[in-house]
Amino acid sequence: MKRIFFILPLVLFFVLVGYFVISLQPGHDTHVLPSAMLEKPAPAFDLPGLDNSGPLTMAGLKGHVVVINFFASWCVPCRIEHPLLLRLAQENHLPLYGIAYKDTPANIKRLLDTFGDPYRRIGMDQEGHAGLNFGVYGVPETYVIDANGIIRKRFVGPLTPETVDKELMPLLKQLEPST
Amino acid sequence: MKALLLSLALALSAMTAAHAVEPGERLANPVLEARARVISSELRCLVCQNESIDESGADLAHDIRMLVRERLVAGDTNAQTIQAVVNRYGQFVLLKPPVEPATYLLWFGPPGLVALGLVGTAFWLRRRYVSPVAVAPLNAEERRRLERLLQDNEG
Repeated sequence: MKRIFFILPLVLFFVLVGYFVISLQPGHDTHVLPSAMLEKPAPAFDLPGLDNSGPLTMAGLKGHVVVINFFASWCVPCRIEHPLLLRLAQENHLPLYGIAYKDTPANIKRLLDTFGDPYRRIGMDQEGHAGLNFGVYGVPETYVIDANGIIRKRFVGPLTPETVDKELMPLLKQLEPST
Repeated sequence: MKALLLSLALALSAMTAAHAVEPGERLANPVLEARARVISSELRCLVCQNESIDESGADLAHDIRMLVRERLVAGDTNAQTIQAVVNRYGQFVLLKPPVEPATYLLWFGPPGLVALGLVGTAFWLRRRYVSPVAVAPLNAEERRRLERLLQDNEG
């Protein structure tokens, strides 16, 4: 019984050490926050499209599994994931829709003319209201939304080949086994 | 000299009063605006994580400040307004976390550790001052030896 006074602090110490070791692991980013919107219906949005393409609405996307990518021409990490998005759209027929966050149509057009356009359609969220409703706190963010309009996954920061192979593609396969 | 001091004092006072709320953001209704300020000081800016949205100059803080004011103008209570932000950004957005099972460790951990330390110290002190083993009296042989030693010492 008396020994517990020696063992307990030691146990607590190692629990603390374990916690710090995990927190200090490379790849453990404390800025990545858990999403409050997971497993909840995606917030409705009705955004004007780029150029003469029709508006992008959440209601219009329902019934299909879709991937929504918040991006901007002023966003540096978006450039990193851009080639990956292009490849996924061309080779894997990723149902990718873009929401241009706090950006102008002219800038978005220039971006896509220069680097290519991976998006099936783009909605212009110039005021950032759609982003606010999704809980976006920095671009790029990528959401997987199932056919019922439920948010199933959120990627904060640029997608990487690893996250695509290990998380995005398996999830899409699971949500839509036929494709 | 006086002018220098005055300008310095002004510059410093401007620094301490630095709030990021821009004039254009303020509500015409002073009561609502005061409530918005109170709510804003309790919400974390998610880009610069140790600042409230009331203090932060980040774009996202501006957006959340506007959301707070929109909700207040629409007639929400303070609690409903805060809940609207929590629904989007999660509980992390609250600078003061609520007391609930998931945060018990956070709230009660440190006082618990202090209590544990106090109990441990009390046990340790008691053992130090009250020896649990009763001291046996010296027997005849030991008493003789002790006396011999004392005499040697004096001589």
